[in-house]
Amino acid sequence: MTPPTGRGPLHLAAAIDLPEVHEAAPYAELALLAERGALDFVTLGDSFARPGPDALAVAAGIAPRTGRVGLVPTVTTTHTEPFHVQAAVATLDWVSRGRAGWLVDVSATEAEARLFGRRPAAPREELWREAGDVADAATRLWDSWEDDAEIRDVATGRFIDRDKLHHVDFEGSTFSVRGPSIVPRPPQGHPVRVVDATAPPARETAARHADVALVRAASALQADAARAELRGLAARSGRDPDALRVFAALVVDLGGGECAAEPGHGGGPLPTAQGPAYRGGPVDLAELIAGWHRAGAVDGFHLTPLEPRRDLERLVNGTVALLQHRGLFRTFYPGSTLREHLGLARPANRYAQLAGKPGSLVGEPS
Amino acid sequence: MTQRPERHRQIHLAAHFPGVNSTTVWSDPRSGSHIDFSSFEHLARTAERGLFDFFFLAEGLRPREHKGRIHDLDVVGRPESLTVLSALAAVTERLGLAGTVSATFNEPFELARRFAALDHLSGGRAAWNVVTTSDAFTGENFRRGGYLDRADRYTRAAEFLATARELWDSWTPQGRPRPFAHHGEHFRIEGEFTSPRSPQGHPVVIQAGDSSEGREFAASAADVIFTRHGTLEAGRAFYADVKGRLAAYGRHADELKIMPGVTWVLGDTAAEAQEKAAEIRREQVSPQNAILALEQVWGVDLSSYDPDGPLPAIDPEPASELAQGRVKITDPFAVAAKWRALSEAKGLSIRQTVIETTARQSFIGTPASVAEQMAEFVGADAADGFILVPHLTPGGLDDFVGKVVPLLQERGAYRTEYRGATLRSHLGLREPVWKG
Ligand SMILES: Cc1cc2nc3c(=O)[nH]c(=O)nc-3n(C[C@H](O)[C@H](O)[C@H](O)COP(=O)(O)O)c2cc1C
Repeated sequence: MTPPTGRGPLHLAAAIDLPEVHEAAPYAELALLAERGALDFVTLGDSFARPGPDALAVAAGIAPRTGRVGLVPTVTTTHTEPFHVQAAVATLDWVSRGRAGWLVDVSATEAEARLFGRRPAAPREELWREAGDVADAATRLWDSWEDDAEIRDVATGRFIDRDKLHHVDFEGSTFSVRGPSIVPRPPQGHPVRVVDATAPPARETAARHADVALVRAASALQADAARAELRGLAARSGRDPDALRVFAALVVDLGGGECAAEPGHGGGPLPTAQGPAYRGGPVDLAELIAGWHRAGAVDGFHLTPLEPRRDLERLVNGTVALLQHRGLFRTFYPGSTLREHLGLARPANRYAQLAGKPGSLVGEPS
Repeated sequence: MTQRPERHRQIHLAAHFPGVNSTTVWSDPRSGSHIDFSSFEHLARTAERGLFDFFFLAEGLRPREHKGRIHDLDVVGRPESLTVLSALAAVTERLGLAGTVSATFNEPFELARRFAALDHLSGGRAAWNVVTTSDAFTGENFRRGGYLDRADRYTRAAEFLATARELWDSWTPQGRPRPFAHHGEHFRIEGEFTSPRSPQGHPVVIQAGDSSEGREFAASAADVIFTRHGTLEAGRAFYADVKGRLAAYGRHADELKIMPGVTWVLGDTAAEAQEKAAEIRREQVSPQNAILALEQVWGVDLSSYDPDGPLPAIDPEPASELAQGRVKITDPFAVAAKWRALSEAKGLSIRQTVIETTARQSFIGTPASVAEQMAEFVGADAADGFILVPHLTPGGLDDFVGKVVPLLQERGAYRTEYRGATLRSHLGLREPVWKG
């Protein structure tokens, strides 16, 4: 039933981080460039530990200036209220008309803990368990309004059908939420959750809750092993592994222009402090992407350009154009939501299902 | 038309996105989505066309409940404010963007960061309406719970705002981060802020809350007060009281703008406007809504009463938990007595009494007479301007901007162009001095 290797359509995403830039326009330019290449989504990193703008606010700021590309900001779960996180991500989905994602991350340092002064730093294992709870609570809150809760029934004077709003009564190990959300269910049902599953403590959370998992692999073989592990964990937690997309995360330096890849590594990534990095030309990068994807090692790639303006331009006009030319990557967006780009179904509402309605939970752990 | 600049002072205007309340007439066929971004965009663009100071979003962190069930008669649900405002920054150029966010269910580092981001993204148009929600009902959605006593709300809010200001000032004017440390009663935090000083220095601070503590907090720290005192007499008393508190903080009366939330109805003739106003009130106070409004005062089940019949003879239940998630009525006996007296004097039914006593339209008339009333109101020191609350989403501001704004401009009572780019400049407020 489940093919052993990923032979679905190729997916591409890119980071558009601009350290120290706080205005929206430069980010919007990069997002539009990515959109011209029909990329699935762009990411915006975030951390309380370094200078930089609030990623979700920047994503919202570029939403009206773009039309199709998915917008995936990092939102951390350690110090932020889960209720606020889910409301903000749901709202990003509303303002982008179904293009929101959420890169789930934790804040592990003592320095970050001191910015809040509420609790000391905790081990990563604990923080990732909590991040899983937050992701779980968020999806329940996104479901806490059924899609057709708003009835505007003039005859009875009722604006909503109160039976279609639900308390979630979520009890995690570090927090509880009563619900329902204040935000009606967002256009995608559940905005897309992305987790970097490279570090072992994040893996279980990624397998249980992510729609897209990122892995840092130095070869197709390594990527394939990581993908198989994540799919196995997902299946064990009761999910359909085909509802999980695994992307290889690569830093790319296309500064060498049309030169061949760095001699000595044959176009493959080099190990660096930020993980595997590709250095070379856009054509060889297209070879690498096509090769790994053909081998079924990954469902897609998340590329972090070393120099955003320069490298994203080369990526889109070089690498992506070539992949499109070879028929390996889409040339336009057939759908309008991020879930549609990723080939992921819109999840049924768990509460509607409890009420005995048809529909199944796609990609949801029980 | 002759120019009649009655006063030097010009009227400030803001637009309230009509959200979760009984003001919104959702049953009107012209009523659209209160969630889709296009609705927010429409109202914001209309406000900007009208050269308004700012666009305003309220906040509620849990759907209201009545008798333990979710209240289903009024508009429910709203997107999260700061995210909507960040998106609106992309489709507007000059309009201020004001978000209501509770000081109780947030932390200073995170919120200061989010408002700094909005101020950067909008080029200096952000405002924060600091509210002080403290009910345990809302607290059930948060790690903090409903832990805060009513009396502690403003001490936390004041320390919260002071802390946020330390963070906004923590980068040098040259754009370098410097470590901060705040060790107070509510917050003990230290480290480095992530954002350089934003275009306005500090986002504009709005306060909404009416107690003496609330007024004192506003006098000490706010740039704008959002008030409910929308009649001339109440407005003048409130205005004098609050402006009188400023000197104690070394502040000038012009440094705090007083802006009541108001509604309006326009007609081609005075009679037509009155008729429309009465019709809108009947739609806002349906028979079910009338009983509900009564139950909120009385605190007991009154579902067996006829909305077209007389008020109940029984006394209110003072400590009722019947209505959850609304601002509590502090003295239900006084309200009940007032309503009963009015009903008896005029022979009003339950529904008619509620129509008479709750949220009547502030300005009713032809465009010329509404412009006149507003100018008078500001001329009489009852307000510095208004936060307009339309009864329709999203087109409810169209008629005001199309018909009343030009008349205010003709009178010289309202700006004819934006002079500056930031919200502070629209409000005539100075940029706060950097306290590094
Ligand atoms: C005009 C006005 C608007 C308000 N808007 C909100 C709001 O949007 N969200 C909220 O949680 N509280 C809101 N409040 C409540 C206040 O923040 C405060 O909690 C309440 O008025 C009680 O404080 P007080 O005793 O000082 O009046 C509003 C109050 C006023 C007067």
